[in-house]
Amino acid sequence: MATATETLPQLTNDEIKRYSRHLIMPEVGVEGQRRLKAGSVLCIGAGGLGSPAAMYLAAAGVGRIGIVDFDVVDFSNLQRQIIHGTPDVGRSKLASAKDRLQAINPHIEVETYETSVSSDNALQLFAPYDVILDGTDNFPTRYLTNDACVLLGKPNAYGSIFRFEGQASVFATKDGPCYRCLYPEPPPPGLVPSCAEGGVLGVLPGVIGVIQATEALKLIARIGEPLIGRFLIYDALRMRFRELKLKKDPDCPVCGTHPTVTKLIDYEQFCGLRPAPETANVSSQTQSSSGLEISATDLKQRLDRGDKLRIIDVREPNEWQINRIPGAELIPLGEVPRRYAELDPEEEIVVHCKMGGRSAKAADFLRSVGFKRVLNLKGGILEWIDKVDPSQPKY
Amino acid sequence: MATTILIPTPLRPYTDKKDAVEADGATIGELLADLTKRHSGLKAHLYNDQGKLRSFVNVYLNDEDIRYLQKEDTKVSAGDTISIIPSVAGGTAVSDQF
Repeated sequence: MATATETLPQLTNDEIKRYSRHLIMPEVGVEGQRRLKAGSVLCIGAGGLGSPAAMYLAAAGVGRIGIVDFDVVDFSNLQRQIIHGTPDVGRSKLASAKDRLQAINPHIEVETYETSVSSDNALQLFAPYDVILDGTDNFPTRYLTNDACVLLGKPNAYGSIFRFEGQASVFATKDGPCYRCLYPEPPPPGLVPSCAEGGVLGVLPGVIGVIQATEALKLIARIGEPLIGRFLIYDALRMRFRELKLKKDPDCPVCGTHPTVTKLIDYEQFCGLRPAPETANVSSQTQSSSGLEISATDLKQRLDRGDKLRIIDVREPNEWQINRIPGAELIPLGEVPRRYAELDPEEEIVVHCKMGGRSAKAADFLRSVGFKRVLNLKGGILEWIDKVDPSQPKY
Repeated sequence: MATTILIPTPLRPYTDKKDAVEADGATIGELLADLTKRHSGLKAHLYNDQGKLRSFVNVYLNDEDIRYLQKEDTKVSAGDTISIIPSVAGGTAVSDQF
């Protein structure tokens, strides 16, 4: 961030008119606005969090905004990713986001990076920016973003969401805690499946993304009290904010007094999504789990043949209302531990969910309590619709 | 002595969808033991196979992380609120089966 006031860029007359509501507040003023003009923020992701964050940062006059994304706009994004519009469906998110940001504010620069953040490129990507805004949706990228911020000494305006709840903080400032101080390790992948199955209230990332943008603006303009060492929890249903204390962990492996992580690592492996090289051969044994799965087409064939199969849908009732496999029975995953007695351990059972993650957990559980013939429907109901019954809607 | 424990969204399937439940105990460890006795589905999500609290689930006594107090031996007093805060990765959405 530019330090000496005299080196800050001047505001043009057009900019003075545009930012007048900032300029008349002494806390921001001309100097704060010039700091914003000299400042830069890299948004990791142009999704639910990145959309509102980048739009407000652009409107506020942050001089350079970078966006990293490699996705394409989909209809299912539009419920919350407000930087994109209906005509943008099918376009790259970067192209769509850049157009929107430049329409909001032509005085700023927008840089786009069509890639996923990786250990190979993170330090280079982050280096030219003052603040990193973490709007990703998976644990490997969260830990990677955190570690790269710590290694580079760049603040991380962090936000995360789930259904109706959001979390926000500022990590990796000079004396503040980092994400690993808060959560030293990610959950094992089996316990936390990804994205599309969880659902999210569309306005939730708006609230959290704008909190992240607020923190980025404050850091760049050097005003207020940043959200450092504080962990903000937001519950949209109760409409309640809570603030928890967050301490820098002296034993933190990346920002502690004796760090053991001094360069970027393999985060897929760290998050258990890929076996460590030395244990790679062990995983070949778990390959046999394919024998515990059934494909949608095989299931259809067996049903047509009249095989006696009991199909258990472990999704939630609201998902069941959207689509279902004929003959299936609903037992949501959370109810399986207390309702499995409704099933016969000797009969052949096919469990399924939306994409196969939750039902794999249900299958593991049923096998652990003595069920002998449990098959997981590979790819879940989405694959069933793709391969067998395209008449049903997908979500 | 019953203490209120706030349950995060991902764990509510295991508490009959309640966002706050009560449990008894003089320390955090006792409270969580009572909580998982009352709501058995929670146990696998809070503890690993060695019976230790999972490192992606933080427990707070009011606004303090118990890792910086006396961990599970932290004493609980009347009127305290316990929060369980799991790590959440979503920028769009995450974990259904946490």
